Formats: sequence, C-alpha cells, structure tokens
Amino acid sequence: MTERKPIASGSDWNFEVLERFETEIARLADEYRLDTYPNQIEIITTEQMMDAYASVGMPVGYHHWSFGKQFLAVEQAYRRGQMGLAYELVINSDPCIAYLMEENTLMMQVLVMAHACYGHNSFFKGNYLFRTWTDAGSIVDYLLFARRYLAECEERHGVTAVEQLLDACHALQNYGVDRYKRPSPISAEEEARRQKERSDYLQAQVNTLWSTIPGRPTENGHEEVGDEDDPLGLHAGGRYPPEPQENLLYFIEKNAPLLAPWQREVVRIVRKLAQYFYPQRQTQVMNEGWATFWHYTLMNRLYDEGLVDEGLILEFLHSHTAVVQQPPFDSPHYSGINPYALGFAMFTDLRRICEQPTEEDRRWFPEIAGSDWLETLHFAMRNFKDESFIQQYLSPKVIRDLKLFMVLDDDRDEMLEVAAIHDDRGYQRIRDGLATQYALSVREPNIQIYSADIRGDRSLTLRHVQDSRRPLARSVYPVMRHLHQLWGFPVKLESMEEGEIVRRYHWPLPEDEQKEA
Amino acid sequence: MTYFIDRRANARHKSAVNRQRFLDRYRTHIKRSVEEAVNRRSITDMERGEKVSIPTRDISEPVFQHGPGGKRSIIAPGNKEFVEGDRLRRPGGGGGGGSGEGSASNQGEGMDEFAFTLSREEFLDFVFDGLELPHLERKNLVDLDEVRPVRAGFTRDGVPARINIVRSMREAHARRIAMRGPIRRALREAQEALEVEERKDPVLRHPARIAELKAEIERLEKRLESVPFIDTYDLRYNNLVNQPQPSSKAVMFCVMDVSGSMTQAHKDIAKRFFLLLYLFLERNYEKVELVFVRHHTAAKEVDEEEFFYSRETGGTIVSSALTLVDEIITDRYPPTQWNLYVAQASDGDNWDDDSLICRDQLANRLMPRLQYFTYVEITPHAHQALWEEYEKVEAEYPERFAMRQIVEAGDIYPVFRDLFRRRTVQS
Repeated sequence: MTERKPIASGSDWNFEVLERFETEIARLADEYRLDTYPNQIEIITTEQMMDAYASVGMPVGYHHWSFGKQFLAVEQAYRRGQMGLAYELVINSDPCIAYLMEENTLMMQVLVMAHACYGHNSFFKGNYLFRTWTDAGSIVDYLLFARRYLAECEERHGVTAVEQLLDACHALQNYGVDRYKRPSPISAEEEARRQKERSDYLQAQVNTLWSTIPGRPTENGHEEVGDEDDPLGLHAGGRYPPEPQENLLYFIEKNAPLLAPWQREVVRIVRKLAQYFYPQRQTQVMNEGWATFWHYTLMNRLYDEGLVDEGLILEFLHSHTAVVQQPPFDSPHYSGINPYALGFAMFTDLRRICEQPTEEDRRWFPEIAGSDWLETLHFAMRNFKDESFIQQYLSPKVIRDLKLFMVLDDDRDEMLEVAAIHDDRGYQRIRDGLATQYALSVREPNIQIYSADIRGDRSLTLRHVQDSRRPLARSVYPVMRHLHQLWGFPVKLESMEEGEIVRRYHWPLPEDEQKEA
Repeated sequence: MTYFIDRRANARHKSAVNRQRFLDRYRTHIKRSVEEAVNRRSITDMERGEKVSIPTRDISEPVFQHGPGGKRSIIAPGNKEFVEGDRLRRPGGGGGGGSGEGSASNQGEGMDEFAFTLSREEFLDFVFDGLELPHLERKNLVDLDEVRPVRAGFTRDGVPARINIVRSMREAHARRIAMRGPIRRALREAQEALEVEERKDPVLRHPARIAELKAEIERLEKRLESVPFIDTYDLRYNNLVNQPQPSSKAVMFCVMDVSGSMTQAHKDIAKRFFLLLYLFLERNYEKVELVFVRHHTAAKEVDEEEFFYSRETGGTIVSSALTLVDEIITDRYPPTQWNLYVAQASDGDNWDDDSLICRDQLANRLMPRLQYFTYVEITPHAHQALWEEYEKVEAEYPERFAMRQIVEAGDIYPVFRDLFRRRTVQS
C-alpha cells in the first residue's frame, strides 16, 4: 500500500481543501468515464438548505402557500431533531448546482461532492429520460421566467386569484405530463418572447372550437344535431377529443372554454415544471443507487490512494451504512423500500456479476456475466428507468440479500397471501412484482380525458381505467372540484373495469350526494 | 469544470413569503390554536412562539390516488419465516403495508396533525389580530419635546461620518470641468499658434515668439495639473434636521385591589389581563412604561414583584389608588408628552361611600387626561356600588372608558378582545 498523504484530516474544512478534493474526485471520475455537466457547488447555511428543500430544490420558485407548508414541516422536523437535514441537494441543470451545508464535516462535504457532483450529475446528463424530457440548460432561466410571470399575475389579478388557480393546477400536475411524446425543450427567452403571441393565438383557437356550439342542445345529445340547422352535417362529428388525452393540464390549457389568457399561461407553467420533474419521479432507485454506488467507489479509491486518512474513511463508512440500511418490513423504522439501499445493492451486484459471475448469474444474465463491468453499468444507467431497470437487472442474489417477498392483498380474501419468496420459484415473480411497483402507470391511477361535450352542456368526461379493481381514494372529490374550477362546467369521471363503467363521480355533486361527501 | 460559490451571506429568508402565505391561508385555524394557547399559557410565557397544529386533512393537497381495496401485490423486504402459500391475517387498521407509496406518505397521511411553530412575532400578531387601541390619537405636542432626525437635503458642512460620497464626487467633477475648461482652451490656442509658427519658413520664424509660446504652454499645463481632484469646497454632507414627533411614549398604570378578598387566583387573572394589555401597547408605542399601584385602604406604588405576589389584608378604598395615579401623572407623566393608559382590576369590593368619590375622581380629574381606562371586575358575584358608579362614568366617556366582568381565567382573552376590537363604524 502507498504511504498515506491525506489532503486533510480532522473534520474542519475550508475552500482550499474542498477544491483539492474536488480535483482528485474529478480525476478519478474521469477514469470511470463519468460524463458530467460543469459543477456549481454552493456552500449554504442550514436555513438556506431548508429554504431550498421547501421549494423542492428549485433554486428560484414562484410563491405559493404549499411551499410555505413544506418549509414549516421541514423546519419543525429539523428543530425536533427528527431529521438530519438532507445533506445534499442537487439540481438537474447545466451547470449542475449542488448544495453543501456549512455545518457538514469535511467527510460529509467530500461525500456529497462524490455523490451529487459526480453521481447524480452524470446520471442527469446520461440517462435517456432526462436527455429526452428535460432541458438542463434552460431550467433555471425558465424558473426565473415563471416566477416573474406569476408575480406579475399576482399584481394584476390579485394574490388570491393566482393562488386558487395554482391550487387547482397543482392538484392535477401529475397529470400534466406527456408520457410518450417528447416535449419541445423549454427556453425562458423564447417563452417570454412568444408568450404574448401565444396567448392571443390560444384564445383565438379556443374561441373557434367553442364557436361551433349550436344554439341549444338536442335531447339525444349531440348525435342528432338538428339537420335543419346544419344540413351539411358540419357539426355531426364524433367525440371531441377524438383520442383520449392523457395530459389533463395540456388539454385544459388548450381547450378550457372560460380561462383567461394569463390563466392558460399559468397552467402551462405548472405543466412545464411537472414535465421537468417527471423523470425524477421515475428514476428514484436508479438515480440514488447510481450516486451511492459512485460515492462508495470514489471514496474507496481516495482511501486506496492514501488521500484520506483512516478517521475519515471510518466516518464515511458509518454514514454510508446508515444511508443504505434497509429495515425489514416488521421494523418500526420501516417505511417502504429504501431506494438508496435497493439501487446501491443492484449496481453493486451488477458489477459483481460482470467481474465474478457464478453459475446462477450465467443462467440469468448470459449477456452480461463476465462482460466489462464499467461498460455494462454505463449502459444500464443510460437506457433504463426504475421499472425497466428492475425488470432487467434485479438478480436472485439481491432478492436473497434483501429477503424480498411478495404479498397478495385481495379485498375479496380475508387473509393476505404470501405469493412468492426468495427462492427459485419466486425470483421471477418478485422481480416482476417489484418492477410493477415502481411503474408510474401503476402507482398512479390511470385517468384520461375521454370527451368534452362541446355541442351540449360543455361537460367534461374523464375515464379512469381501474387496475385490479383498485378504486380511487376519496381525494377524488377535491381534485374534481379543482378540475371543475379550471374547466368551468360540470366534470364527470367514470371508473371503468373491463370495459364497463363501475362507478361514476360528478362535480358539482348532485344535491343528494352533497352531504355524503 | 467546477466552481465553488459561497452563498452563506445571501439572503436567508427566501421562504418568508411562502410561509406568510401559508399562515394567511390558515388564519382561522391558527387563530383558534393561538386563542387556546393564550388561555392555557402561564403569564410569563407570552414572549415566545407557539406550536400550532392543523388537522392534516384540512391542508392536504389532493391528487388522484388509489384508495384501499381491490387486488394488489406488495413487495417487502426482510422475510424471515414466510414460505410461499402462507396465509396471514390482515394487519389491523390497513395502513403500514403500503410500500408502494411509502416515501410519499411520510409527511402526508402518516400524521393526523400538521404541526409547526410560530415565531414570537407571528404569535403576537395572531393574538392581537383585529384589535385596535381605542382613541389612538397620538398626542400632538405643544412643547415640542420629542424630535426625530429626518433627512433634509445636503449641506456644505458637517461631520465626516455624514459625507455623501456620490454628491461630493459629482461636485468635484463639475468643478474640475469648470476650472479646466478655460485653461484647456487657452492651451489649445497656444499649441495651434505654436504649430503655425513652426510650420512657417525658417527664415520667417520668430524665435522670441516660439519661446514665448512654449513658456505659455508649459505654464498652462502646470495650471491644468494643479487643479485638484477633490477640494474641501466640493464636499457635501447629508443634512439631518430635527423634526418634532407626536409622542410615541405610553405609560400604563396597573391598578389592583390587594385587599383580603382578592385571592391569588384573582391576582393571576388580573396579571394576565395586564400582561395582554402591556404586550398590546408595546406593539403600538415605541416605549411603554409600567407603573404598578396597589391598594387596600391606602394606595402605594410598588414594583412588579411586590405588586403581584405580596399579600395584604384589610378593607378597600379604591379612590386612594385613583388619587395616587392622579398624583403620579401630575408629577412624572405630563399628559402632553405621554399617552396614558390605566387598567384597573378588582373584585368589586369597596367602601360604600368611596364609590361616589371614585366616580368624581375619574370623571373630573382622570378621564380628561387619559387615553383609555379599562376596568375588569373579577367576580362571579353580583355587582356592587363601584360597578354601578363606573357605569355612569362609562356613559359619560363611552369612547375612552371600558369595563367588563371576568369570572374565570378563560374569560380574559375574549374580554380583552372585546374591549379592544377594531371599531370601524364608530369614531
């Protein structure tokens, strides 16, 4: 072993030391071909961290009470000592902004640099979801634009009006993303320039759509739009929209009959930001796993090269172990699967499969067993999201290590049933089950816009396709209320099970149901 | 490529606006909590923030979610004893097992109450929300004792600490332009003349003239240089003048009966009332002084400790205290300079004959000089002569005199609010 020449020891840090560590980490990361955006590392205080945390990590956010609520919750938890503040926060932007808290020890700062500035950063730059759906270069500018625009709206239309609109949009923001179509990249400058133009244009478009409404709706709905009024059958078209729409907010922005142009713009802003966060919601395990794998690898390299001393590496191991700890399901600390633990275990095992494949691995992963590990890991990082990553790479060994098991919860059955455990018969089912568990399409109810009655009472109908008879939670009513505010006319929601409507929700509620809800 | 940026010196309260929005939105909830807290708290305790809880369901941000029911499979870690096909009892309550939404529900549904802490200022804001000091005319002063320095333009002389750099530099710049202009012009002329002279045919040159011009140029250049960059003449100072101010000082007299009939419980109630009033005044005036006057048959000015905690016995003569207050005002707090408030607490006992004197004292001597007089009677019993006499005073000074009855500690805050609620219609 080389003689130890640690860059620094003890737990105090200064900028010079941080810079030297950063240089070393950058050199090692380069060896591992971690391709990153430039790093912008910001040293901040605890309180600033709470601020950043409360605004979901957006460096500039518009004002809304829900961020205040978040801030109060964070502050309360922190004061009570329930929560060590997240010691890192990193923003998917170019340059990539990472926060270091001034109270962190030297070890923590080095760890965070390895974790955030090289782990997360390279993930943001490399993963296909981020490459496709977000535009790191312009996000900060766009946030600035959004903030300014909303502040302007508040001045012009009052804080309450804007707040209510945002409430409604936030309720639907998970349904404000295009899942399959690549959005055009956002650019603040462009937005600002085009915004005026667009608002006029949008309004005109909406007006055209709605101007086709005939005087009075006929009894049988729109199928029989009076022949006398419309001898050419111009209005006898089919359903609008012709295809179900998954992006609720987009549909509202373009089609809601009564929204003012500025309101449409606000809907658009919320939608754009939801779109920006969409990949993050789908790559939690991978993203954290990747970053954790690299901070672990890089820290160990620093130690091997004698650049950190024993004290620091022990402190690191202590902290690393806490991060990747997975309490069992019956522990009082259990709160779901720890994405750090799962992700780290999977990437580590992936490397093992490449380097020391066993007979089992050759059976399960014939293509990657014994291949170049770095190449394989990079490939995995670039081309998957949580769902497909687990589907592809969850190995029997990880299942055994974490002792994963699958429970079937059927409301028609009085008892729960253990459907699979970590044995030969169970591996594949557990893998499928876990992948499904991370599929956004399963985690969130599948709700789409089915039709807007543009020729009748202007009501909007949504369809919820039930998955395994799982109903909607009661929160459906307040969300429908918000949707109703945006749409301006009655809103209906139909739950479908195997092609049949099993439950209907309305807003505004019919009189007799009003009390019930 | 990496940059380090030290942001620690940046603004801290980035979330202040959002926090305020949140508080505004849940004003009614928070107010309820605050009111409970005020009634519950011990008196010395008003000076800190308060933990407030709001039912989570009231502040949830709804989204479409799966409800309970249907069929689903859950993957969980840490299997120790199960084998495939085992059947388990459903864990009670239904929660707990939802690993799919585990991280999301951490802050949301897990807790029934959303708790957070109000800062002291926020707390007091809520305590006094919607309250207003009656008769809040600031004293306009005849003898302008109280002054405040305000900015009033710029002067040529002053102390170095008040130098206005921008102004001074601008003056200097202007002076330099003004002083150098003519010299520059003369210099330019001399240089041109010299050039003309030098371009002439050597025979025609005038050596004396050239020498003269050169000397002139040299002299002018020197003069140009000697124009000072900044001169004492240029200096400008921020000017402050003293402006008379309406008084921002208030004095609050706490008057309390400490005769035998007043128990410690009575005093505690009174103390809370005084404290509320004090905090309230403190928010409206820059400076609030307290004067404690206690009385049984005789009145005495005491310090706070003695006021609240020492016991006396004997009968009660309220007018003694009023007389003392009157004397103190005359001696130390000229009404032209002070806003005077009197808060009196008693159980209503008084010597029968004395109540009349009290009324006379109040109506004729005190009330004309006071901003406000509040009287709280802490008694569950029927009113006595004092109350009746005071009612007459109230009729005479409806805007500045207020009285209420308090039966138990819980009444204080409502009574206080009642006494000071914002009166928009009147006035």
